[in-house]
This record gives sequence, C-alpha cells and structure tokens, in this order.
Amino acid sequence: MNGFLDVLGRQVLAVSAALGGLALLVRASFYWLFRSRLELRQTLIQMAKIGADSLPVTVMTSFFTGMVLALQTAISSQRLFNEPLFVGTVVSFSMVMELSPVLTALVVAGRAGAAIAAELGTMRVTEQVDALLTLGTDPVRYLVIPRFLAFMLVLPLLTVLSDFSGTAGGLVVSVMRFGIPENTYWHDIIDYMETKHFYHGVIKSAVFAFAISFICSYRGLSTTGGAEGVGRSTTGAVVASMVAVLLLDYFASSILVAMGIP
Amino acid sequence: MIQIRGLLKSFGRRPVLQGVDLDVGTGETLVVIGGSGCGKSTLLKCVVGLIPSDGGTIIVDDRDLRSVHDEAERSEWRGKFGYLFQEGALFDSMSVWENVAFGLKYMTNMPHSRYRRIASEKLALVGLKDVEDLKPAQLSGGMKKRVALARAIAASPRYILYDEPTTGLDPIMSDVINNLVLDLQKKLGVTSIAVTHDMKSALKIATRIAMLHEGRVLAAGSPEEIRESRDPAVRQFIEGRSMGPIGAV
Repeated sequence: MNGFLDVLGRQVLAVSAALGGLALLVRASFYWLFRSRLELRQTLIQMAKIGADSLPVTVMTSFFTGMVLALQTAISSQRLFNEPLFVGTVVSFSMVMELSPVLTALVVAGRAGAAIAAELGTMRVTEQVDALLTLGTDPVRYLVIPRFLAFMLVLPLLTVLSDFSGTAGGLVVSVMRFGIPENTYWHDIIDYMETKHFYHGVIKSAVFAFAISFICSYRGLSTTGGAEGVGRSTTGAVVASMVAVLLLDYFASSILVAMGIP
Repeated sequence: MIQIRGLLKSFGRRPVLQGVDLDVGTGETLVVIGGSGCGKSTLLKCVVGLIPSDGGTIIVDDRDLRSVHDEAERSEWRGKFGYLFQEGALFDSMSVWENVAFGLKYMTNMPHSRYRRIASEKLALVGLKDVEDLKPAQLSGGMKKRVALARAIAASPRYILYDEPTTGLDPIMSDVINNLVLDLQKKLGVTSIAVTHDMKSALKIATRIAMLHEGRVLAAGSPEEIRESRDPAVRQFIEGRSMGPIGAV
C-alpha cells in the first residue's frame, strides 16, 4: 500500500511540476512576445518546417479520410433509403468541424512536434541553450516564440487545406463509386454549411496549435540526460500533445457550441 | 574584479558547492582545478547566472548578483562575460561566422553590415581563416573550440570564463588553445576564470590556481605555490595518483 501511494505521489508531483513549468513557459513567452523584436527569419524557417514539410502527409490523410467517410455514409444511406443521400453534407461537416482539425493536429504533433522536442532537447543537452543565454538572448524569445507563432499561423491553414482535401476525397468516391452527380454533392454542402461551421474547426485548430507548440517546446527545453533524454522528451512530447488535442477537442467544442459557433 | 563568498549549491540532496570563497583580480587568470564532479563547472555557471546559487554572494564590478532581478538586468550581467563551453556549444544550424557574430546582434548596437567583418577578425585572432562559411559539423574538435573562443570574445567582454578549454583535444591542440588563452590575456587584458583538470594547462595559463575539493577551496596560490604544496590532496591531484585522500569515483 505504501509503495502504491509512493508511486502515486511521485506521479502527481511530476505532473504538477510539468504543468507548473508549462504555465511558466507560457507566461515567459507572452512577456517576450510583447517586449522584444520578432525573430522574423526564425519564424519563417519554422513556418516552412511545420507547414511545407507536413503538407503532403496532411493532405493525403484527409483525402483518404474523406473517401472513407463518403463510402460509409453512402452505404449506410443506401441501406436505409435505397439511395446515397446527403453524402456531401456528412463528409464536409465531419471534415470541417471535427476530423480536419483533429487529424491535422495529430499528424503535425507527430511530425513537427516531435522535431521541435528533439531539436530543442538536443540544444539543451549540448549546452546550446545555455550558450544563447550567455550571448544575450533568452531561449524563450529566440526558440519558443518563433515556433509558437509558426504553429498558430500554419496549423489553421493546414486545417483549411485538409477541409478541401477531405471534401475532394469524398467527391471522388461519391462520383466514381456511387454515381452521385457532382452538382448534387456540392449542393449538399453549400445548402447546409455556413461560415460559422468553418470557424468552428479553424478556432479549434488554433487551440491545438497553442497546446502542441508549448508542450513540445517545454518538453524539449526541460530535457536532461543526453541522447536517451532526448528520445524520452520526444516521445513524451508527442504523447502529451496527442492526449492534449483529444482532451481539448471536447472542451473547445463544448465552449464553441455554447457560444453559438456550432 | 570578481568576489565570491560562501557560495552554496546543491542538486537535490547532493551538495556540490559548500561555501566557496574566491577572489579574481582585474587582469588575472584564475584556474580552478579539481576532480570530475567536484563542482567546477557549477561554479562557473553560478558566476555567469546560468544556474541560481542556494546561498552566498557573487560580486562583479561592485554589483551583487542577488540585486539582479529582471530579465534586462540578467542579460546585462551575462553580457559582461564571454563563456567558452566544454564542448563548444556551437549552433549546428548556423555557419561559423553566424555563430561568432551571434552575440553582436543582441549585446551591441553595431550595424548589421559589420557583423561578418568582426567575425572574420575574431576568427583570425584565434588562428582561423577561410572557415567562415563552414558549418560546425565540418570542423575538427580543435577548430570547434577555437570558433567557440572567437564567439566568446566577439562582443569584447570584460571577463572570460573557460569551462575545460582543453578537454577532448590532443596534446598539440591543447597547447594551441593554452597559447591562445595567454595571447588573449595579453592582447585584450581580460579577467578570466578557467576550470580544468588538465594540470599542464593549468600551470601554463594561470596567474593563480585554486583547488576545489568537497565543495570548498582546499588550496589557492600561484602556480609555483600549488606545485610545491604539501597538502596530500593537492599532491595526489597534481601527481595524478589514484591512491590518496581524494577518492576515485
């Protein structure tokens, strides 16, 4: 029993310390965000790394997800109504409000988030982070803020591209497999979708961007223990980011619905 | 001048510095020697403010580190020092000249157009040329140390802190680095603290040597005084014997 409580206590303390550290990192980032010149070059480099490098895998993931959604929706509605109805509506709503923001965030967390944790972790264990401090630069200002801004700009953009890609995937299956006219598919979307549905997904992706950028930066900067520590930080950053995305998805959706942004 | 009094630092329950007292006079090169894990690097990091001490005072140019509170003051404090890291700590993603010029952007008001020329001058000072556009991964260990040294002196600091300047280098390259430290001392007139366990290097570059043992200064004096010391721990260390009061860990 004592052993169990000991382990439980250590876990609670570790999680509390991590959350406290994360909160301090967020505070320091906002301190520097409004008090220092923007590291434009670093921000553009990070945007390229996060955005351009994640684009193919994001587009492919959402395209196939859209195809599967169309397939399942068409088959289900054929069973119920003897014809595939509202396939465009189901695919586009599912993609825009839920699947695009979540899948894109998970893909980017696994790819760009891991890269951030590994890069910052390596910089930490090779004393490059300390070197920044001795050269008059705060690591939060130079390393974290460009990554945070890049995530905040790029993840919503990737989500929008994913919306289009998923909808296009659904169109391909609808037209080629079920013979639904292209016009019908598009009308099913246009007749029911409003701008606020679109905002719902984009706002959620910004929330995910905030969480992933800080979690991965924090895990990277708090790395200890050489190469093994970098590996541990990278895995921990990806797992924590993915869990955070799934948890935040529910709470962000609830809040947005309550605010009338369905 | 650097004045350290009663410096304390522990990591968890393990005490590392247990009341270190040291004075470093202007223009002096103090070499701190001691076994691995005795707290030499921790001492340097406390002085530059990279890690907070648990107690004691560090006074540099009549200013106490404890009176440094906000980020701007901390940055100003660190700006007094050039720091040579044990493994160089060069930024992998930047070229050699960008590494050397990095601090100029944040610690000086120099126009951007002069960065590259200053970087080349500092690289020449440490005996390197035509390496400006290489990446750190393309350099040998000795070249990395010299680039790191050029970076440490780029913004003309008043103090230079050397963390194991010759570790991992062959004897010839170690001597090159020792000569560079002496050269910089003569040319720039800076005040320096070097930590090392390389006795040959210590005896060559030091104007004074202090030996750290069990978190305190065990002995301090001129290189000759340390060489002639009768303290058993000092003798064991400078003779490099495994048997004696200093336990081999």
